[in-house]
Amino acid sequence: MIKKIFPVVLLAIFIAACSSSDDNVVSDTPGTTPFNRGALLSNFADNLIIPAYEELNNNLAALVTSKDDFVAISNQANLDRLRASWLTAYKTWQHVEAFNIGKAEEILYHFQMNIYPTNTIDIHNNITNSNYDLTAVNNNDAVGFPAVDYMIYGIGASDTEILEKYTTDAESAKNQTYLSDLINQMKTLTQDVLNDWNTSYRATFIASTTNTASSAANKIVNDYIFYYEKGLRANKFGIPAGNFSATPLPEKVEGFYNQEVSKELALEALTAVQNIFNGTHFGASTSGIGFKGYLDNLDRTDLATMINGQFGTAREKIQALNANFYTQINTDNTKMTQAYDALQAAVVLLKVDMLQTFNISVDYVDADGD
Amino acid sequence: MNRFQTYLTQKTNASPLAVFRIGFGLMMCYSIIRFWLKGWIESIYLEPAFHFSYYGFEWIKPLGSFTYIIFIICGLSAFFVALGFKYRLAIITFFLSFTYIELMEKTTYLNHYYFISILSFLLIFLPANATFSIDNIFRKRSFEEIPNWCIDAIKLLLGIVYFYAGLAKINSDWLFKAMPLKIWLPSKYDLPIIGETLMQQDWFHYAMSWSGMLYDLFIPFLLLYKRTRWFAFALVVFFHIFTRVLFPIGMFPYVMIVGSLIFFEADFHKKIIAFIKKVIQKVIQIKSKTIEIIPEYKLKFKSVIIPVVMLFFMIQIIFPFRFLLYNGNLFWTEQGYRFSWRVMLMEKMGSTTFKIVDGETNNFFYVNNSDFLTPLQEKQMSFQPDFILEYAHYLGDHFTNQGHKNVQVFVESYVALNGHLSQLFIDKTVDLYQEEESFKPKTWILPFNDDKH
Repeated sequence: MIKKIFPVVLLAIFIAACSSSDDNVVSDTPGTTPFNRGALLSNFADNLIIPAYEELNNNLAALVTSKDDFVAISNQANLDRLRASWLTAYKTWQHVEAFNIGKAEEILYHFQMNIYPTNTIDIHNNITNSNYDLTAVNNNDAVGFPAVDYMIYGIGASDTEILEKYTTDAESAKNQTYLSDLINQMKTLTQDVLNDWNTSYRATFIASTTNTASSAANKIVNDYIFYYEKGLRANKFGIPAGNFSATPLPEKVEGFYNQEVSKELALEALTAVQNIFNGTHFGASTSGIGFKGYLDNLDRTDLATMINGQFGTAREKIQALNANFYTQINTDNTKMTQAYDALQAAVVLLKVDMLQTFNISVDYVDADGD
Repeated sequence: MNRFQTYLTQKTNASPLAVFRIGFGLMMCYSIIRFWLKGWIESIYLEPAFHFSYYGFEWIKPLGSFTYIIFIICGLSAFFVALGFKYRLAIITFFLSFTYIELMEKTTYLNHYYFISILSFLLIFLPANATFSIDNIFRKRSFEEIPNWCIDAIKLLLGIVYFYAGLAKINSDWLFKAMPLKIWLPSKYDLPIIGETLMQQDWFHYAMSWSGMLYDLFIPFLLLYKRTRWFAFALVVFFHIFTRVLFPIGMFPYVMIVGSLIFFEADFHKKIIAFIKKVIQKVIQIKSKTIEIIPEYKLKFKSVIIPVVMLFFMIQIIFPFRFLLYNGNLFWTEQGYRFSWRVMLMEKMGSTTFKIVDGETNNFFYVNNSDFLTPLQEKQMSFQPDFILEYAHYLGDHFTNQGHKNVQVFVESYVALNGHLSQLFIDKTVDLYQEEESFKPKTWILPFNDDKH
């Protein structure tokens, strides 16, 4: 009995299977060419990551020079030049912050470059004691761009006072040394990371295409989403706007002591995020393969379009804000939380829809499935 | 009823059940050791500050360092089951300790853990130590035959698992969109030879979906029917090894492969036992002469055991259909989803953020989930309504205890199912702190909109 029925059922089902899959032939063709993850990683390494690190390294070299000039002659003109160099480098920094991988991850580079708010008590203790290890974990909030921000904008109430701190103040020599050590350290760290990319890590990175938790292909996706959610959405917007606390915490904005650039830095970061997504080369408008290309290959151009659309919406909301988020939060925090909400909407698209489409093995979950 | 009575008196050789007992015990013992070595006792049971519980079993919690003791008890009892040493006590201990472990944390729910729990429950009532067991040596008697239904019971349970898994695959996403295999298979591009070729082919995703469904539906029957049995067993081995290669499914494939040996005739199992005996004899000499061989095992407490086993199977057959009592898309709401052999059936992810509101002032803040949950917990919580509700209550209690006033807990949850675009999952306007867990439909789950992509 079974022998007779079974082939008939099988045949019926087979016919049904074929006829149903025919409907999808046209829309599914893109998925039949396997996506070249190596090409994606090459584009990231050669056109986004390494050029951005090179630019940052040059910017920091310029910052070192401006700092040396300022330490030699602490006048207003040199302070202005120092500040300009700091801002240029800080903006370039926004283009590397998402790439916490390789040497950067190994030496905890990110924790020594942009942890804010900076801790001014720690900074002053370091200055007074003159005996500090800038790489120490407990100094993470006393180094990097935020610490320099304090040293060149916040150490005195006015520019005159700031200049006094480096000239006539009792601790002027120590202040100069700390400022100098901070900037030299940033340069050294960046040079190390860049050298590693230029010598060995590039090849390792590009070859690491497997779908395993530790592969560069998977890590870069996870790092990207993590950066977007934490580095951009939470740190630059959510935390200062009070989304995670009972009251707003405006003193936690990026570039707090400068008082003018939190928006500029945030927009730069959003550009960086969008460039990674679209595979747009650093400092150019040409595009290679990015996550968008990956989505296109998996026949989800609709999702890629939505994500770019949401980035656009977020950009509009950010552009409507005051140049200084500290002022924005204190005058009209609603606009700030609106920008946060627009960024949050893209978190869902990246973290849920894009991740599901890539079906990336998530790096932190280790357990059996069904 | 008369025919049923006659059926119950039928006898069969005891060796298939003995082989099953040994295979089951050894694999469970190994599973426990494997779980321990992977560090999962710490990461799943000890490190989290908060544990997700099953409704009605909230009192079952990890016991700090004693959790290791439970695992030791569980592993040892599994080993004793394999030996057939103090079998009844060992299998009861195994059932209780294993089930306790599973009930401690809902995040790790897997169909095959549930399968192990109910199978070990069933084994309590079966004379799996009737032959080839340490108990035989101590009691100085072994049994030739056992009631036939005892072996059929295991076949039936395996059959239910497969057949229901097959039934669950008969849905439009699985059959007509090849979802979620269309998402999962292309990501296996690393596999040698087939990774960049077959795994990327659209037709292959459909072929896998359909053959998976047919396999699950028909394999119990192919195993039962003598002429197709070897072919069916070859299929079982191929299917489970293949899925093991593709997916991180731990021990389950091996449990099913070894388990399906029960379908073979007694002679086959006698050979296995003879082989094991030969190996053992090389190491130690056991005086089997003193063991009296009794032709037939008489079931004690038959009047209790038969009704219990019948009730057990009635529940097994009916329980997976409880989803019919709920409205809405089953995969979306997951009301009646678990304990029903819905295995690897959907790809679902979510992003779920909680908002703590002061009901009087309307001041609010968002919760950083990683402050309270492990990544695995957060992943599971993000798309399952009962997790979301339990966590909302935990947060509500936590912030109330911290001194926050008029605490309300709202959730913004976006979930994507089988490649459909993510959409709002939970009613944003419902204060979940006021909602209670129950078997009633959860009205605050928003309906699934099938049209989007």
